[in-house]
Amino acid sequence: MFEIIRKKELNPTVTLIDVKAPLIAKKAEPGQFVILRTDESGERIPLTVADFDREKGTVTVIFQKVGATTEKLGKMNVGDFLCDFVGPLGKATKTEGLKKVAVVGGGVGCAIAFPVAKKLHSLGCEVHAIIGFRNKDLVILEDEFRANTTKTVLMSDDGSAGEKGLVTDALKKLIEIGDKYDEVITIGPLIMMKFVCALTKEYGIKTVASMNPIMIDGTGMCGGCRLTVGGKMKFACVDGPEFDGHEIDFDEAIDRGRMYADFERHAYEETCNLLKKAEEK
Amino acid sequence: MANMSLKKNEMPSQNPEIRKRNFDEVALGYTPEQAIDEANRCLNCKNKPCIGGCPVKIHIPEFIALVAQGKFEEAYEVITLQSSLPAVCGRVCPQESQCESKCVRGIKGEPVAIGRLERFVADYHNANFKGKVKKPESNGIKVAVIGAGPAGLTCAGDLAKKGYEVTVFEALHVAGGVLVYGIPEFRLPKKIVEKEVETLRELGVKIETNMVIGKILSVDELVDEYGFKAVFIGSGAGLPKFMNIPGEQLKGVYSANEFLTRVNLMKAYREKCDTPVMKAKKVAVVGGGNVAMDAARCAMRLGADEVYIVYRRSLEELPARHEEVEHAMQEGIEFKLLTSPTEILGYNNPDDKKDTRNGFVSGIKCVKMTLGEPDEKGRRKPVVIPDSEYVIDVDCVIMAIGTSPNPLIKSTTAGLATYDWGGIVADEQTGLTSRENVYAGGDAVTGAATVILAMGAGKNAATAIHEKLKGK
Repeated sequence: MFEIIRKKELNPTVTLIDVKAPLIAKKAEPGQFVILRTDESGERIPLTVADFDREKGTVTVIFQKVGATTEKLGKMNVGDFLCDFVGPLGKATKTEGLKKVAVVGGGVGCAIAFPVAKKLHSLGCEVHAIIGFRNKDLVILEDEFRANTTKTVLMSDDGSAGEKGLVTDALKKLIEIGDKYDEVITIGPLIMMKFVCALTKEYGIKTVASMNPIMIDGTGMCGGCRLTVGGKMKFACVDGPEFDGHEIDFDEAIDRGRMYADFERHAYEETCNLLKKAEEK
Repeated sequence: MANMSLKKNEMPSQNPEIRKRNFDEVALGYTPEQAIDEANRCLNCKNKPCIGGCPVKIHIPEFIALVAQGKFEEAYEVITLQSSLPAVCGRVCPQESQCESKCVRGIKGEPVAIGRLERFVADYHNANFKGKVKKPESNGIKVAVIGAGPAGLTCAGDLAKKGYEVTVFEALHVAGGVLVYGIPEFRLPKKIVEKEVETLRELGVKIETNMVIGKILSVDELVDEYGFKAVFIGSGAGLPKFMNIPGEQLKGVYSANEFLTRVNLMKAYREKCDTPVMKAKKVAVVGGGNVAMDAARCAMRLGADEVYIVYRRSLEELPARHEEVEHAMQEGIEFKLLTSPTEILGYNNPDDKKDTRNGFVSGIKCVKMTLGEPDEKGRRKPVVIPDSEYVIDVDCVIMAIGTSPNPLIKSTTAGLATYDWGGIVADEQTGLTSRENVYAGGDAVTGAATVILAMGAGKNAATAIHEKLKGK
């Protein structure tokens, strides 16, 4: 059992929790993920590590309430226990030798991009963060990014926060004015990462994308998280979750992500109804 | 006076038409009367060839003689001298190619139903024994076991009985390995596995779930920082194989591991379960082993109308246990033999990109095969018949063509020698690896094999570890 020791609502749909898991906190690195289960009948879901505190023995995860499990998780409070918390899984972000990097995050993906930016910054790398959200109410971690990067560009779809436009617009602008990146690291919705990768391919800039497909065990056993990268089958859980963005078949990944769309919608509605009833009582 | 019937006592089982839609256990087990009657078929012959056919060398005629006398609890004690998981082995061992294949009664007629008797004895004990297992006195020596599957649990049980302080590290949230994620409820009820694990806990074995060794802790840390004097690696062969044919990324294609894990471990067959699984109407399972049978029969139980086993050799070469094949056939699984898939086809509506059926499986393209000359292992190689291509309409394909060992431990343990295909190099007798005090056994060493072979390896390693550590 793993205790939730801090909880913070970052915006109406995105929540941060710190979970007491000293052994995982000791080993976790940016780019890795954990798998958790809220309760005995719960699903195993992967969430990328957003931060960790080796001294306090805590691991931070940030999640968006998008389905039955994340909805349940959002209702849990400080002092509650998660039934399972496994990790750190996957490979850590490669940071060696990087001198100048653009970290491009979208939506809740910024939560995962943040520890990567922070680590690179602490290693003396020049980090430019481009973080994009739909609108100002959904912005997360802006201050944290500003404190841990050389430059942070905030973008929103409607212009209510930062500049109006897509993260690709901002990235293109920076490249055009002459910023030369050793690497671009992108984390966010698949469709966003697809376009970031398409853009950087034009400029020949190496790009790493962090994938978060459907998986069960997270240790290579189920093969549910398989992707096509460079024409070869890869398992996101053990071969990734980060891959060369120019090699990933994003369209296939987007399609595979819809496998349980129906089931998830039903389960989500059911959970919401149950929770609503519980609140009414 | 021996029972000279040429036939085994039939084991009562659920009617196929009913059981194919439920997840309750198929076989119901002998009554005490049936068990005694069957036990009387054993001649207690001098050479006892059956023992030679058992990977863990259970004293078979001895326990059967006790069953014949109605001394079931005593029979249980005889079995557990060798086996720590009798209720499991009685259900999942391929007895027809092991102990029963050597039985002299099998020369003329059917062999003694050793597996069914083992199962009866274990179930009798589990239902009637009320005492607690006595925890042996600790010798203070710590041993780590990686993986709570058949190999690891056996190794842990044997060492605990000798007084070692054993901790088992399991990556998943429950102990049991393939016994809980792979083998379905209707073949091996999970409460039986739980009971066997509980017995180990009573022996003093600590089981730490959610621990992916190689990630959260390394083998070196277990030895250097946590003071384990020996480590046994029984991490199994969990990595699923695919065929590398077009269409394997379509929605509705599963590895057998994923499909079975969703159904068995995550209980997706139950109403109140958060884990989804596709409830397809027409399912093709590619492969001919026990795992393929399990997947096919699960798909049927989830409500499929048609389930096919697609296997490239003939019925004779099917690697699954006879009983599983028979049960599958009774349940209406259709066998497409001498058939090999070449492509999985997907639905694609060219007029409507938003059609929700797009990208889901619509069929499987296959070729017919014929059997050619035997290869060096004596297995006849399947050869494609030209122009024999045809399509089976299905909406789900499950790949059950094998697994390979998990690389997580190999890649994080310096000096641990492995074969090219991923198996850990270990001494056949002792399980000793290229690292001092590190042992390995089960599928992690052999590649995908049987529960009982893994148990045999766990047992041998426990003996070797004891030999190595006892003087210290």
